[in-house]
Amino acid sequence: MSARADRPTPGWLAAIPAAWLAVFFLVPFAIMLGVSFAHRVPGGFYEPGFELDSYARFLSPFFGRILLTSVALSAGAAAICVALAFPFTVILARMGGRAQTLVLVALLAVLSLSEVIIGFSLSTLLSKTAGVGNFFAWLGLIEESRAYTPSLFALMTGLCYLALPYAVLVLYPPVSRLDPELGEAARIMGATPLRAFWTVTVPMLRAPLFGAAILVFVFTLGVYLLPQVLGQPAHWTLSVHITDQAIFQSNLPFAAAMAVLLLLVSLAMVGITLLLGRAR
Amino acid sequence: MTELSLHGLTKRFGSFTAVDGVSIDIPDGSFVCLLGPSGCGKTTLLRLLAGLEEPSAGRISVDGEDVTGTPAHLRGFGMVFQSLALFPHLTVAENVAYPLSIRGTPRDECRRRADELLSLVQLEGMGGRRIHQLSGGQRQRVAIARGLAIEPRLFLLDEPLSALDANLREHMQVELRQLQQRLGVTTVVVTHDQKEALTMADIVIVMDKGRVQQVGAPMEVYRDPANAFVAGFIGTSNLLPCELGEGEITVSGRRIALDPGDRVKARPGEAVLSVRPEDIRLSADGLPGKISFVRDLGESVQVLVEHEGHEITALYAPGARPEVAVGETVGVEFVPGTRVVLPA
Ligand SMILES: Nc1ncnc2c1ncn2[C@@H]1O[C@H](COP(=O)(O)OP(=O)(O)O)[C@@H](O)[C@H]1O
Ligand SMILES: [Mg+2]
Repeated sequence: MSARADRPTPGWLAAIPAAWLAVFFLVPFAIMLGVSFAHRVPGGFYEPGFELDSYARFLSPFFGRILLTSVALSAGAAAICVALAFPFTVILARMGGRAQTLVLVALLAVLSLSEVIIGFSLSTLLSKTAGVGNFFAWLGLIEESRAYTPSLFALMTGLCYLALPYAVLVLYPPVSRLDPELGEAARIMGATPLRAFWTVTVPMLRAPLFGAAILVFVFTLGVYLLPQVLGQPAHWTLSVHITDQAIFQSNLPFAAAMAVLLLLVSLAMVGITLLLGRAR
Repeated sequence: MTELSLHGLTKRFGSFTAVDGVSIDIPDGSFVCLLGPSGCGKTTLLRLLAGLEEPSAGRISVDGEDVTGTPAHLRGFGMVFQSLALFPHLTVAENVAYPLSIRGTPRDECRRRADELLSLVQLEGMGGRRIHQLSGGQRQRVAIARGLAIEPRLFLLDEPLSALDANLREHMQVELRQLQQRLGVTTVVVTHDQKEALTMADIVIVMDKGRVQQVGAPMEVYRDPANAFVAGFIGTSNLLPCELGEGEITVSGRRIALDPGDRVKARPGEAVLSVRPEDIRLSADGLPGKISFVRDLGESVQVLVEHEGHEITALYAPGARPEVAVGETVGVEFVPGTRVVLPA
């Protein structure tokens, strides 16, 4: 028994995850990369080749707007999620152990909801016939029920609902480890509670706050259903257009090229995070 | 200029009373040690003073001004936490100058003052370092310098030296006391170490179970404990049950006449006799006992005597070492004038 336990972990074990990554990530990516350079046959499929036509389409103003929309939506979701998750987590960390567990379990439950369920639930909730508009009208806040979707508001709500639990889960460990005496020390030294928060709590949590924002950004960049269910066509993101090109326009080379670009944008964000983390 | 007065200060957490009706007056410039066993409410009392906890009852006044309802950031006190609570995201100099920069002091002035404070605690030239680059003793000094930055009306320290090793701790005790005397700032230090309290304090406040047991100068508390708890907690005391009569006590059936120098704090009847180890003499007379152990410590010799289930400790200077051996039967006598009779 003990002799077996003492033996070092065999090196070939590392081959399993490596093979997994190769088969399910690298190979599909290579295929996608190959397709992105392929020649499109209009009205048909595509034939092998090497041309930059699909990438050249990135240079159009139309495409620039799509990219900008994607980045702006994700950045907005990241900002809102961190702005909500930070105070939420600070309050959560101060609650009793039991209450904390309950809230965290509820949060994990939200994680189990798929984009589809969140999208269609919100779409119903914000609709004219079955939504909150009826409630507001009943309260007398508005004349008669109206729809709140599709709209930027509805889309943002959906994105934040989807990503908020991740932001909280990233922030929770560092926030709960933060020594409350640091804030108290600041107060004794003359800082109002708000000043103590800005001069001590926020700077000490700069790295996790940034990490949470990047996570939400990258995560929402890949969302493709919510913009179609809750947004107007102007809010269609890169991910939506990838789906659109691949499935409805049968333009796989262009869809693949856009997917490569999406991956590069995500990688760039992760790279920035790593760089900032090292500088510290 | 800081005279600190507490009136019936009480703090309850639910049904548990952590600080129970503490009333004390502390003159300006005093070095006060709050001494008591772990969990007796010292930290809670200090946090009440600082304004970090709201009292359930009672008042706190400084210089005759009632500060009970004043928020912590307006009290103008300095504090050193047990954890030190130094800011890891700031440099040493920025830590020290934090109370000044919060008050809008110009940058140059902050830097000048930080240098001044750092040299006060013998950390010249360390201002640019990060907290994690300092040793435990250096961090201690940074916390002290930061607490003194605004020339506080009251300087509060919670077990400031407990994380240091024994040698450094004794050194810092002396240094802290000297610093306080130089600055004249009224200081309250929490400690559970009675030696530390005796080394530093003008006034020792002994606490137990949230209540003040005795307030006095160190030697007063040592020589003249108010009750059995204080006698047992400060230094080593031999505590023996006794019966107090008219001018005499009865210990284990043996009558001992009291001397005018002996202090009687108890009412006639059941009481506790308290005698310091250095005030015990071994002779042919006295209470019969059996030597159970002889501990030769070089600087002193401790002789443990077993008497009717009680262990009595006698302390001798090395030169005065009595000729006794373990197992031998001896008589235990209490030097007249050193005996304290306390309530049972
Ligand atoms: N916030 C709190 N809530 C409940 N009980 C507390 C709280 N703070 C302290 N206590 C209790 O009050 C008592 C005194 O604590 P403390 O003042 O920290 O003691 P000391 O510093 O003398 O060791 C302890 O029994 C502790 O459990
Ligand atoms: Mg304590």
